[in-house]
Amino acid sequence: MKNWFCILFLVISLNASAQDKIPITEEDYQNSRIEMADVMRSSGKIYVLVGIIGIVFGGILVYLISTDRKVVKLEKMLKEESGYD
Amino acid sequence: MRANWWKVLSVILLGFTLTVGLLGDVPRLPILNETIRALYFHVTMWFGMILMLVVAVYHSIRYLRSNDLKHDDMAIEFTNSAILFGVLGIVTGMLWAKFTWGDYWSGDPKQNASAIGLLMYFAYLVLRNSLTDVYQRARIGAIYNIFAFAAFIPLIFVLPRLTDSLHPGNGGNPGFNAYDLDSNLRLVFYPAIIGWTLLGAWLSTVRVRLRRIERKLENKLINQT
Repeated sequence: MKNWFCILFLVISLNASAQDKIPITEEDYQNSRIEMADVMRSSGKIYVLVGIIGIVFGGILVYLISTDRKVVKLEKMLKEESGYD
Repeated sequence: MRANWWKVLSVILLGFTLTVGLLGDVPRLPILNETIRALYFHVTMWFGMILMLVVAVYHSIRYLRSNDLKHDDMAIEFTNSAILFGVLGIVTGMLWAKFTWGDYWSGDPKQNASAIGLLMYFAYLVLRNSLTDVYQRARIGAIYNIFAFAAFIPLIFVLPRLTDSLHPGNGGNPGFNAYDLDSNLRLVFYPAIIGWTLLGAWLSTVRVRLRRIERKLENKLINQT
């Protein structure tokens, strides 16, 4: 019986100490009132826009490069063809 | 030059989009802040993609009716550019979402549906590349393309609207509906759609011309030996 009381008080005390801590929740990650060092959120989030336009530009550039490679392939083929003549 | 008026128009419209789109007045809204201007760069990617897919489907049908490979060239290259725009749309959307919705990917119905749609079109490219005979490739590709488009439209326009979505205009989310009516945004948004679509068409037609030259050269090489 005494042991059971010990365990009961232990459980209660464990609970009590746990309540002293402030749990970190998802909200703390979302909290935008606290200023952090994120560049992307500064100046009205303008850098997000810079990033978006940069991605679009980069993507089209990659496509241009791949098209350029096709042209190189064709040029080689043309050389080959004229070599047969 | 006369035949290239639309390329000039594309450059002018995109110049307008970049300058007025970045400097013009936009509604000042919480959370969105300046990123509201991504309307001209992210949303227009999807509009451009759809318009180019329409062109691709049109040429797929033309191919099935005529068996002329020149229609297949148009179909594959317009789909290629459309996929480029789709990938850009999804990547820019993820960046935008990170700083407005809080996460790159929140499993939003429209995000998921557009990812599925893109996978369908990747499968189209894989399918085409797995076939060696050009006529078989063109025929099966054309049929797949028509069905993929028929599945893509409900995936991104209908299904997300039937449920709650973070995307504006879906479910109970009024989002841009109010701002779409904003004449300042419209003034740039519509020209931006036309500009980006014409740029995509420009990229496509250059590659179509390449394909046709390549075929001619190959035929010449084969006939010589």
